[in-house]
Amino acid sequence: MTTSLRALLAAVTGAGMLTSVACGDGGRGAAGPDGADTGLAGTVTVFAAASLTDVLTEAADAFEAQHPDVTVEVSFAGSQSLREQILAGAPADVYASADGTDMDALAAAGELAGHPRVFARNSLQIVVPAGNPGAVDGLADLGEPGLLVGLCAPEVPCGRLGLRALAEAGVTPEPDTEEPDVRSLLTKVAAGELDAGLVYRTDVLAGGDDVEGVALDPAVAAEIGYPVATLARSDEPDIASAFVDALVSDTGRSIVESHGFAAP
Amino acid sequence: MTVRRRRARTRPPAALVPLAVIALTFLVLPFVALLQRAPWSSMGDLLGEPLVTDALRLSVVSALAATGLSLLGGVPLAWVLARTEFPGRAFVRAVVLLPMVLPPVVGGAALLFAFGRRGLVGAPAYDGTGLLLPYSLAGVIAANTFVALPFLVVTVEAGLRTADRRYEDAAATLGASRWTTFRRVTLPMVAPSVVAGAVLCWARALGEFGATVTFAGNLQGRTQTMPLAVFLALESDRDAAIALSLLLIAVSLAVLVPLRDRWLAA
Repeated sequence: MTTSLRALLAAVTGAGMLTSVACGDGGRGAAGPDGADTGLAGTVTVFAAASLTDVLTEAADAFEAQHPDVTVEVSFAGSQSLREQILAGAPADVYASADGTDMDALAAAGELAGHPRVFARNSLQIVVPAGNPGAVDGLADLGEPGLLVGLCAPEVPCGRLGLRALAEAGVTPEPDTEEPDVRSLLTKVAAGELDAGLVYRTDVLAGGDDVEGVALDPAVAAEIGYPVATLARSDEPDIASAFVDALVSDTGRSIVESHGFAAP
Repeated sequence: MTVRRRRARTRPPAALVPLAVIALTFLVLPFVALLQRAPWSSMGDLLGEPLVTDALRLSVVSALAATGLSLLGGVPLAWVLARTEFPGRAFVRAVVLLPMVLPPVVGGAALLFAFGRRGLVGAPAYDGTGLLLPYSLAGVIAANTFVALPFLVVTVEAGLRTADRRYEDAAATLGASRWTTFRRVTLPMVAPSVVAGAVLCWARALGEFGATVTFAGNLQGRTQTMPLAVFLALESDRDAAIALSLLLIAVSLAVLVPLRDRWLAA
């Protein structure tokens, strides 16, 4: 109980918070420990979806280690709110989104410099409290009125994806709550206040020992790709492209996989 | 009972005027900006949708119920804090104020730990009777009451502390019981504070978001109040979100404006 309480508190206090992480020492001209000299120098700002926090923080550190004269600043928030910020002229060089539609909107507005490239994939899983008290073993259980079931609200990406998977499986869900974001849904399942929820596989991993995942039937396993692109109004297009290249490289791929995402 | 004196209108000290204007502008400007972004042409259609009418009904009902519960428990609590001496009173008052300073989502999580299916009190209640507060209108009311009750207690306690105790003493001297004194003397004397506290309480409950979504969840027609509907609309349809916000503002003003004078009488 104590662990789940702590996890719950950590999750609720962190929920919805816009986290901004500045990496590196910001110093220019210092020679890197491995002496790599790539000629790149300056600061690059990356806007990334909140669900990519761990991946992008590590990728930024790795990029800075490789390019000693470069500082990477990453700002994390919901894909949609970052999209709005970029449209409103926020100074960003790279955008990594959790939803193709937000990237498409920026492409349509002429905000992208290059083509979006998918660098990570994620898929839906059923999340249940440790011990699976509701004996949930598939999507059909989400239509069970006797169970306490949570979904993401249809307005947010995980909710849209979830409804699609349920429709493909021919299940009419009986949700007791439609949570405004995936983390608040995970929080309620981890606390044992719901018998089942539909979240991303990476969220099940983030839930640790308090939750278990139930894989979906591969026929309906809904998958999403995370695209990244350089932005048209970037002041540092060379560094921005180098960062995107690094993200889709083998090094980037291993970082992505180490956090539970699938490589593209 | 209280002597009301109408004072001649006075001119404010010159130094206050610009600061007052700045403060007012700061408060009003965001609402002007909201009005300027409002989708006036599609407003009627947006506000007629079942999602909106459901949310409005749930908001009004839950805020009213929370205010009623707060009056029921909050007035006696304010009286105890204002009129009795007991060890640890300062600590109790601080605890009463906690929901005002706590981030509401943390308050919602705490409610879940207490009244959820696995909660301190919730678990035995659920196992024994199947009773479950979360995911129901009762859960929304509980969350609203938790965050709004302190506003009533603080306001009524301040009223009780500034009220003239001699009237109560006189009533007692004339043979009135303690209950009669409370009902016929104390309560009418602090009525403006009670009204003010109830209005603050209602307004806070109407706008409640964090504790509600964390404790009661979000489901249209069952637990989705106006603030939850606005938050989700922001994710997908900004016009709808602004229309909903304006409706919430209109409902609040409809209650706050007529009550202003009674409130100020305190």
